[in-house]
Amino acid sequence: MIIFERVTKKYGKDTALDEVDFTFQQGKIYGLVGANGSGKSTTLKMIAGLVQPTSGTVTVNGKKANRKIAEDVSYLTELDMFYEGFTVADMISYSASQFEDLSLETAEELLRFMELDKAKKIKELSKGNRGRLKLVISLSRKVPVLLLDEPFSGLDPMVRESIVKGLLHYIDFEKQTVIIATHEIAEIEPILDDVVVINKGGMIAHFHVDQLKEEQGLSVVEYMKKNIKHS
Amino acid sequence: MADDYKQSGPIYMQIVDRIIRQIARQDLKEGQKLPSVREMAIDSGVNPNTIQRTYSELERMNIVETRRGQGTFVTEKKEVLEEVKKKLQLELVDRFVESMKELGISEEEMMAELKQHLNKGKEAET
Repeated sequence: MIIFERVTKKYGKDTALDEVDFTFQQGKIYGLVGANGSGKSTTLKMIAGLVQPTSGTVTVNGKKANRKIAEDVSYLTELDMFYEGFTVADMISYSASQFEDLSLETAEELLRFMELDKAKKIKELSKGNRGRLKLVISLSRKVPVLLLDEPFSGLDPMVRESIVKGLLHYIDFEKQTVIIATHEIAEIEPILDDVVVINKGGMIAHFHVDQLKEEQGLSVVEYMKKNIKHS
Repeated sequence: MADDYKQSGPIYMQIVDRIIRQIARQDLKEGQKLPSVREMAIDSGVNPNTIQRTYSELERMNIVETRRGQGTFVTEKKEVLEEVKKKLQLELVDRFVESMKELGISEEEMMAELKQHLNKGKEAET
């Protein structure tokens, strides 16, 4: 379980998160949605221990989220994080050297599933295949918390579909907590349990996807259009 | 992938409806084993917890039975399956009648229109 208690994060004068309380439970897939600059990436980086709160606490399964939390958290960044000269196989073995829990067997399976050529150099990969490779590395770890920051951005529908299928195949639904920050909410709505909506550094809603439909007759996209005013 | 589901109505119920149709059409036969929750989730492109809800709902409706350690099976009770089929037909008729009424069509006209339509189908066959 991931717990945010009265967490504030300031970057200079700007407030990225303002006294938020979040709880993310084990065994659930969360969508973290909100406009650009709403605090999505900051939230994920805090769970990954890459950013420290200005005040308040973030704990992951009872442990304080600092740099050591990387043992428990797999974090897929929205940025490209590859060495151009590496081959796909180099990247996998390099990642395995960094993360003890990375299963080479799962990585092999995922590479086949995503139809990635191990011998190819990173710089020869298309954008879509770089996106797939990032997911391969994230999902190969046997880790309690999986964070995905914009896994679909700029990728075509075919790649998006393979990413969604990859998630369904390889997530350990009973044991893992998965948080996906994304704008492409329609794409992943069917695989989500809960959605957390943040706006201007504060949580404005947290609901169960099916419940939203039953009680308000709205999909997540419709809810967002109705409730979030773009400034 | 998300396009497979309507925006309205919870996904677990949409999958309930789909399975009921498959049973009515005999694509899924009595006593047949349904895919595991995980398999069904991957095939349907949805969260396994959603499929779990789908299966619980079907179980509540007595359409499927879960046998411990073996999986989920379509019921073998003929009367339940008959009822399911009947209910599906009633829903379709309801929808037809409602839509016709919205157009301001009287019951007599409805009957006449339906008869004519069915006869046309027969003529085309012969």
